[in-house]
Amino acid sequence: MYQHDIGRRSTKVKNVVERGAVKKFAEAIGDPNPIYWDEETGKRSRYGRNIAPPTFPRVFDYGVIEGLKLPAKGLIHGEQRFHYERPLFVGEELYCYAEVKDYYEKQSSMGLLGFLVIANNGEDPDGNLVFTSTSTIIMNEAVRKAMSV
Amino acid sequence: MTTIRDWQVGQSLPEVTLPPVSRLDLIKYAGASGDYNPIHTIDEEAKKAGLPGIIAHGMWTMGNLAKLFTPYYEEGFVQDYFVRFQSMVFLNDVITLKATVKEKGDKTIRFDVAAVNQHGKDVVKGEVLFSLYE
Repeated sequence: MYQHDIGRRSTKVKNVVERGAVKKFAEAIGDPNPIYWDEETGKRSRYGRNIAPPTFPRVFDYGVIEGLKLPAKGLIHGEQRFHYERPLFVGEELYCYAEVKDYYEKQSSMGLLGFLVIANNGEDPDGNLVFTSTSTIIMNEAVRKAMSV
Repeated sequence: MTTIRDWQVGQSLPEVTLPPVSRLDLIKYAGASGDYNPIHTIDEEAKKAGLPGIIAHGMWTMGNLAKLFTPYYEEGFVQDYFVRFQSMVFLNDVITLKATVKEKGDKTIRFDVAAVNQHGKDVVKGEVLFSLYE
């Protein structure tokens, strides 16, 4: 039912890798390493600045994919993938957008399951890809029916 | 100091066992990530969703697991990080984070990674491809 959404994209949104947000995120995953928040450590590092943890892109705004309707409840996060060209730098600007990569259905012991694959991408101001974060979301029959779109 | 290049295929990075999962852990993660799905913080909403109680964000566990690699950022970075969410993490679960070298190349090291609960069950399972600088 989401086949016709494959390829749909949101408009790019400018995001900043905010220092305070990175620190709070690192604390929330219990990673006290000063590479994320201590300016001196960042300066002395090979990066010359602080970086963000690899799962940090969860906090960015990727805009809205026009026409894509998702159920408000009952979604299961099945798989998650991050691909990086390099780490994220604290303070840098990224242009982020979402894209429907795939949709397929599979028969399982719980009935017919739908798998929706969404990529969240981040580019630098020159348009070079920095990261892709791909989520696979699982929907069972009841959830898809409840949507009735 | 240990370097990541020293680890050989079959060897594991030092494991980390987290303190029992608390409600505050999940409230903090909700705030830091912006994921306010109430099944992670509010008992009644979790029950309404058919769960026995609130469950941790899968991304909280995935985020924790990545910290095994933080000490090695001078040598390289996490190029690819993939996980499958295998089973739910409940309040008071005790999660242990693991990474084992699977493959070594000239410029990359591939790890099997897992977060395992107190019953020995994988809650998160996947792979990290760590890219080495020259």
